[in-house]
Amino acid sequence: MLKILKYSFYDLMRSRWSYVYFLFYLALGFVLLFLNNDLSKAVITLMNIIVVLVPLIGTIFGIMYYYNSREFTELLLALPVRRSSIFLGQYFGVAGSLSLSLLLGLGIPFAAYGLFRSGAVWDFGLLLVTGAFLTLIFTALSFNIALANENRIKGFGYAVLLWLLLAVIYDGLFLLSLILLEEYPLDNFSLAATLLNPVDLSRTLILLKLDISALMGYTGAVFKEFFGTHMGLLVSLGALVLWTCLPIWRLAVRCRKQDF
Amino acid sequence: MIEVENLHKKFGKNAVLTGLSLKVEGGGIYAVLGPNGSGKTTLIKSILGMVVPDQGLIRVNGQPTHRKWKYREELSYLPQIANFPGNLSVSELLDMIVDLRRQPARQQELIAEFGLEPFLNKKLSNLSGGTRQKVNLALTFMFDSPVYILDEPTNGLDPASLIRLKERIRLEQSRGKLFLVTTHIMQFVEELADEVIYLLEGKIYFKGTLEALRQRTGQNDVEHAIAAISTQEPNA
Repeated sequence: MLKILKYSFYDLMRSRWSYVYFLFYLALGFVLLFLNNDLSKAVITLMNIIVVLVPLIGTIFGIMYYYNSREFTELLLALPVRRSSIFLGQYFGVAGSLSLSLLLGLGIPFAAYGLFRSGAVWDFGLLLVTGAFLTLIFTALSFNIALANENRIKGFGYAVLLWLLLAVIYDGLFLLSLILLEEYPLDNFSLAATLLNPVDLSRTLILLKLDISALMGYTGAVFKEFFGTHMGLLVSLGALVLWTCLPIWRLAVRCRKQDF
Repeated sequence: MIEVENLHKKFGKNAVLTGLSLKVEGGGIYAVLGPNGSGKTTLIKSILGMVVPDQGLIRVNGQPTHRKWKYREELSYLPQIANFPGNLSVSELLDMIVDLRRQPARQQELIAEFGLEPFLNKKLSNLSGGTRQKVNLALTFMFDSPVYILDEPTNGLDPASLIRLKERIRLEQSRGKLFLVTTHIMQFVEELADEVIYLLEGKIYFKGTLEALRQRTGQNDVEHAIAAISTQEPNA
């Protein structure tokens, strides 16, 4: 698997898109710092962008890479290599290079601005960690979709739909249900609903770490009580890990049944 | 040795292989023939483990192949369509495959044989179809495998390369290698094949030597014999 990962990674490091992604984050970091003139505020703006954009890029990049490397995959399948190694190697190649672009693209401007001398270093660190998690999750989901759909247009459509569902529509439904069910106690329901969507989960985690949960009113207090404790942090990180592992596991199992 | 027992494969509603059984032993060149869509490629890909059969058993050297990968060390496969990752150069691709297979390779010998030196540093996406096929051939014959599986090896080759390919196949044949070759070029079959395996509607319709084929159909010309065979009653 490591060999395949190495070749996929090299392949991506040579492709234009990794650099476009890297330069985009680099520019974003510098612009935000320039406009906000304050590390903590820049982190908040950045969070709003990361939580929506990272899943989108992970999804699209993952699905494009899978379809583009189909021939390469077929070549590998005839070699004495385990199937799951091929797919997991390619997956980690894509997810790894995307995470690296994110890490370096945002890390460089913030480090240059004096991140390590400020108090925001942990907030920023958490932001990057959740960004990396979101990349891993959405790339894995898109690989699953690509594997199940030989038709590229369909696969692409489903992938974008999934992103739209988790990053945009889910929030709308969530709010709607809160309004419709406002007579009932909703603490546990909203906690569970947050845990079930990696995008919401990341957002909540960062907001709570930034200590601006007061903005969220009563629910914020409940969340703070839950996420603020050791237990809450562990559970939410566990949910993110679960969100990462499940699609990767499914990828490893599903690829053994696929015809090429 | 390759053994296939009662192989079934459907793609959606389309049943491609319907209870195919086959046994090939020792060395020799077996030409896998049949009309378009008769299941030649599916059979080959099932043996390679790229297609997962619905039913049936495949053994390579006595070992079942289902969900295994180690047995592919014994096989070299030439795919029908030579598509490679475009942003690699020829030499990078060759090095990569050698690295992935972890088997001794006669890289230089094959590069010289198919005249690939001028292209070594070129990107694969910039190569012509014929040159890509030569790269494909070099990749396949680079490894000293007991079994070679070739899917339409003559695709897009110029006459000089075709001659070299035939020489290479004969050389490996004399070393006791087993070949499974699909092709639509009957001249190729006539020159090289020891036996013909004829597929029709997902089953083996005829298996035997060219001589047996000629006798059975009463045709002297292989092309006509092949064309005539599917109109006769099966007895193989």
